[in-house]
Amino acid sequence: MQLWILLLLPLITCVGVAFGGERNARAIALGGSLVTFAWAVVLAMQFPHWQAEQWLYWPAPEDNAFPVLPGLGIAIELGVDSVSLLLVLLNVFLMPCCVLGSWVAIKERRREFYIWLLVLSTCVMGVFVARDVISFYTFFEASLVPGFFMLAIYGGPDRREASFKFFIYTFVGSLFMLLGLAYVAWQHAEQTGNWSFAISDLTTFAPTLSAGEQGWILLALLAGLAVKVPLFPLHTWLPLAHNQAPTAGSVNFAAVILKLGLYGLYVFVLPMVPEAVVTWGPTIAVLAVIGIVYAALICWVQTDVKKLIAYSSVSHMGFAVLGLLALNPLGLQGSVFYMLSHGFATGGLFLCIGMMYERYHTKDLREVGGLAFKMPVWSFFFIVLVFASVGLPGLNGFVSEFLCLIGTFTAVPGAQTGYPGVLGPWFAAIAATGMILGAMYLLYMTGKLCFGPLREPADHHESEELPKDLSLREIAAVAPIALVCLVFGIMPWPILHAVEPVAEAVLKPYPALVEIHFEKLDAAAKVSLLTDTTLEGSR
Amino acid sequence: MIEMSSKLILITPEILLFIGAVVVAVLGLSTHRRIRNAVPWTTVGFLVAAIVATQYVYDGSETVTDADLLFPNLGLYLKVMVGVIAIGLVLLGIGMVDRRYEEAVRDGRTSFDPLRVVRGEYHAFLLLSIAGTMLIANANDLIWLFLAIELSSLPTYVMVALGRGTRRNQEAAIKYFFLGAMSSATFLYGFALLYGASGTLSLTGMQEVFADQAAADGIPLFGLIGMVLAFVGLCFKITAVPMHFYAPDVYQGAPTPVTAFISFMPKVAGFTAIIMLCAALGWSGHHIIDNAGVKVPTEGLPRPVHATLWVIAVLTMILGNIGALLQTSIKRLLAYSSISHSGYLLVGVIAGTAEGIDAVFFYLVTYGVATVAVFGVLCGLQRHGREVETLDDLSGLWKRHPGMAFVLALSAFSMLGLPPLLGFWGKLDLVIAGISAGETPLVVIMMATSAVSAYYYLHLAGLPVIRKPDARTEGVEAGPSAWPRIAAMVFGIGILILPFGARTLMEKAEASTKNSWLEPVETTLNTGDARPEDQTPELPQA
Repeated sequence: MQLWILLLLPLITCVGVAFGGERNARAIALGGSLVTFAWAVVLAMQFPHWQAEQWLYWPAPEDNAFPVLPGLGIAIELGVDSVSLLLVLLNVFLMPCCVLGSWVAIKERRREFYIWLLVLSTCVMGVFVARDVISFYTFFEASLVPGFFMLAIYGGPDRREASFKFFIYTFVGSLFMLLGLAYVAWQHAEQTGNWSFAISDLTTFAPTLSAGEQGWILLALLAGLAVKVPLFPLHTWLPLAHNQAPTAGSVNFAAVILKLGLYGLYVFVLPMVPEAVVTWGPTIAVLAVIGIVYAALICWVQTDVKKLIAYSSVSHMGFAVLGLLALNPLGLQGSVFYMLSHGFATGGLFLCIGMMYERYHTKDLREVGGLAFKMPVWSFFFIVLVFASVGLPGLNGFVSEFLCLIGTFTAVPGAQTGYPGVLGPWFAAIAATGMILGAMYLLYMTGKLCFGPLREPADHHESEELPKDLSLREIAAVAPIALVCLVFGIMPWPILHAVEPVAEAVLKPYPALVEIHFEKLDAAAKVSLLTDTTLEGSR
Repeated sequence: MIEMSSKLILITPEILLFIGAVVVAVLGLSTHRRIRNAVPWTTVGFLVAAIVATQYVYDGSETVTDADLLFPNLGLYLKVMVGVIAIGLVLLGIGMVDRRYEEAVRDGRTSFDPLRVVRGEYHAFLLLSIAGTMLIANANDLIWLFLAIELSSLPTYVMVALGRGTRRNQEAAIKYFFLGAMSSATFLYGFALLYGASGTLSLTGMQEVFADQAAADGIPLFGLIGMVLAFVGLCFKITAVPMHFYAPDVYQGAPTPVTAFISFMPKVAGFTAIIMLCAALGWSGHHIIDNAGVKVPTEGLPRPVHATLWVIAVLTMILGNIGALLQTSIKRLLAYSSISHSGYLLVGVIAGTAEGIDAVFFYLVTYGVATVAVFGVLCGLQRHGREVETLDDLSGLWKRHPGMAFVLALSAFSMLGLPPLLGFWGKLDLVIAGISAGETPLVVIMMATSAVSAYYYLHLAGLPVIRKPDARTEGVEAGPSAWPRIAAMVFGIGILILPFGARTLMEKAEASTKNSWLEPVETTLNTGDARPEDQTPELPQA
C-alpha cells in the first residue's frame, strides 16, 4: 500500500496540474513533488532492513501481489530492497530541484511539461519498486513516452532527431529484453509446471539453465539494458538526447534514466545468468573500459558544455559497470554508490548549466567564460559539483570511483577477499586513466567557464526576470544537491552498510562459479599445452 | 430436423442482422430526413440485439456442443467481439455517408431522389458483411465456409465503391473487386482439392480423415496443395503477402469509415477461416488414435503447410513494416501497419495449440479497438471539407483538438505494443504462445520487425503533439458529426482501461477454444506441457 501511494502521488499531482491552470502549474508540481519526497522519506524511515543481515524485500512482495492474469502468472508485485529504495530517494530528491530549475525556463505549454515530468518520475519509481518482470518492463517502456515528449517539445534545435533516436534506440533494445525474460518465464513454466513472472521466482530458476542458454539470455537482456547504461557502442543516443533536452529533462535523463540500465543489470543480469556473466564478464568489461577512455577523450575536445557533461556520463557509467562486473561486494557497493553520486553530481551540473544558459543563451565554451566574478554563488556550486564529479576526496564521487576501482583490482582469480573475479589490475589500470582524463577535461571546462577574463556573447543583455547571480529559487534548487554530495563524501558508511547484505546475497553463487570457470580454462590450457608439447616432440 | 433447428438457433444473431439489413435498406429510402438519420442507430440497435442474442444462444447447452463444429464455443467470443467493434465502426460512418447529397437536400438545392441516396445500402451491406463474418464461426463444412467468407467480402466491394467520384476511389473499387474475385477463385480451387483429398466436405469429417491419413501414409500431396492454395487465397482477406499489394491503394481510395471497416472485418473473417482450415488439417496438440486405441499427439501442421505459413508470416511482417516507413499518407501508413499486424497474428496461427489461437483472438480485439480509435480520429476531422490526408495535416493537432491528439497517440502506441496499453498484452500473449510452441526464431523476427514499426508509429503519435500548427493545418476542423470523435474517445479510453479487464478478455478467448479438438476429453497419454488450468475444462459463462 505504501508503495502504491508513492506511485500515485505524482499522478494525483498531474491531475492537479492539469486542472489548476497554466499559471499555477509549477507551484502545484513543486508542492506535489515535495509531498512525494516527504512520503518517500517516511518510507525510508519505516524501512526495516537498513541494518539487516540478509537481503530482504519490504513489504514482502507476496503480500501485496495484485493478480492481473493469473493464468499466465502475471501479477503486479511491489517491494523495495535497500538499493531500490536508495534509487527511489534519489529520484524524489531531484524532483523538486527539477521543478525549481525549470521554473522560468519553460514558458510555453507549461502544464504539459510538468505533467510529463511527473509521469516520468512515476515511471522511473515504478521500475525501482517493481518486483515482477511485467511491471518492471511496463514502467521501463512507459518511461520512454514522457521522456520522448519532453525532449521533442521542449528541447533544443535538434530535438526531433534526438527524441526519435532516444525512443527508438531504447525501444528496440528492450523488445529483446522482453523476449529474453519471456523465454526464462517459459522455461520456468515448462519445468516447474506453473507460470510466474515474479523476479524472485525467475532469478532463483534461471541459473539452473545451461550455460549456452544463459549466454543467449544475457545477450537479450544486454540488448535492452546496455542501451540505457549506456555501454560503449550503444551510447550514441545519449549525447544528443542530453544535449537537446531542456534542463529538467537532462537532469532526469542523466540522474535517473541512466540508472534504469544499471539497476536492470543488478536486478536481472547478476542473479539470473551467473555462468554467462563469468564467461562474458571480461568482454563486457572491455566495452566498459573502452567507453571510459573513449568518452573521456571526446570530452576533452568538446566546446559545448552540455555535450561535455553528457559524454562524461558515458565515461562515468563505465566505472559503475566495472564495479558490478568485479563480482565482489566492494565493487558492487561502489557501483550502487556510483549510481547515487553520479545522479547527484551530474544532475546538479546540468541544473547549473541550465541556469547559465537561461542568462546567456549559449553553452559554448568559446563564447562564455570567466564568470567567477560576475556570478560567484553560481561558480561556487558549479565548482563543488565539478569536484564531486571528478572524484575529489571528501566528496561523494571519490568514494564511488575508489570502491569500483578497488573492486576491479581485487577481482583476480585467487583473491584474498574470498571473491575471485574475472577482471584484474589491467582493467583497473586502464580505467584509472579515465579518472585522470576526467579530472583534466572537467577542470579545463571549469577553468574556461569560471576563471580568466570575463567573456560574454556579443549580443548579451541582462535579463529582466533573472538576477545577475543566482536567485534564492535557484539556490534552493542546487544547494541541497551540493550538500548531499558533501555529506555522502564524508559519511558514506550508512549507505555502504545498507548495501552490503544485498551485495553478499547477490554474489553468493559467484566465487564457486568463477573457480570452476578458471579450472575449465586451466584444463583447456593444459590440453593445448599437451598438444603443443607433442608437436614439439614430433619435431 | 433436430439438427437443422439447432443450427438455426445457433445462427439467430446472423438472422437478426439479415432482418436488420432489410430494415435499414428500406428506411434509408424514406423521404423524411429524420428517418434517414435514424438509419445508423437502427443498425446499432440490430447489432446490440445480435450481441444479446449471442449470449442467450451460447448457453453451454447441448445445442452448442452437439452442433458438430470444430470450435463449438468460438461463436460466443467471435460474435460478441465482432458485434461490439462493429458498433464502433458504424459510429465512424455517421455524418459521412451521403454527406454532400444530404447537405444539398437540406439546403433545398436539390429535391430528394431515392435513387441517389446510399445511406441505407451502406448500412445494409455493413450488416450483411458482419453477418457473414459471424457465420464463419458456425461453419461446419467447406461450402458453408466458402459462402460465409463470400458473404463477408462481397458487400465490402460495394462499400469501397460508395465513395464515388474521385478517380482514386474508382481505382480502389476496381482493384479491390477484381483481386477479391481472384482470391475467391484461388481458395475455392483449394477447397476443391481438399475435398478431393479427403472425400468429405464436413470440416470435422475432414479432420478425422486427415488424421487417419497422417497416421497411415501421410496426407496426399494434392490435399496439401489445396491447403496452401486456400491459404494463399485467404491471404487477400488478411492482407498478407503475397496478396497484400492492393492494401495501400484500396485503403487510401476508400472512404475513411470503409477503410476502417475493411481493415478489421475481412481480417477477422480470414483469420477465423485459416484457423478452421488449420484445425481440419491438425496441429500440434492434435491427437490421432493409434492401433492400440490410444490417443497420441501428432507433431503439428504438416511440413509444407507449416513452411508456407512461416514464409508468409515472415515476409508479411518485413514488407509491412518496411513499407510503412516511407509513407506520408496516413491511410497508406495504416494499410502497411495492418499488413504487419497480420504477420504478427500469423505467428499465433503457426504456434497453434490452444494458447496460440487464444492469442490470435485476443490480439484481434486489441487490434480492432485501436483501429476504431485511430480511424475515429481520421473520420472526426476534416480539412476544408475533405478527408485528412497526410501526416503533415495533423501537426499541431494538440492545440485545436487535444482529445483527438491524445487518442491518436494512445492508439498508435497501443498498435506499437507499448505497455501498459492494450496492444502490449496482445503482443505479449502472442510472444508467449510463440515461444511456448518452440517458434523462437519467428518470435525474434516478430520482435525485430515490430521494433522497426516504432519509427512510423512514433511519427503518428508524436507529430500531432510535437509540431506547432502551421498554415497548412489551420484548415483542420471538426467533422460534420461528433459521433466519430465520440467513438474515438470511447475506444481510446478502452485502450487505457481494458488492460485492467485483460484477464476477463483472455479468459473469454480461452473459453472460445474450449470443448474443441484442441482439448480431447479422454486422453490416456498426458502431453505434459499442457497448462495446468487447461486440464479442467470449464464451460463458458453465458
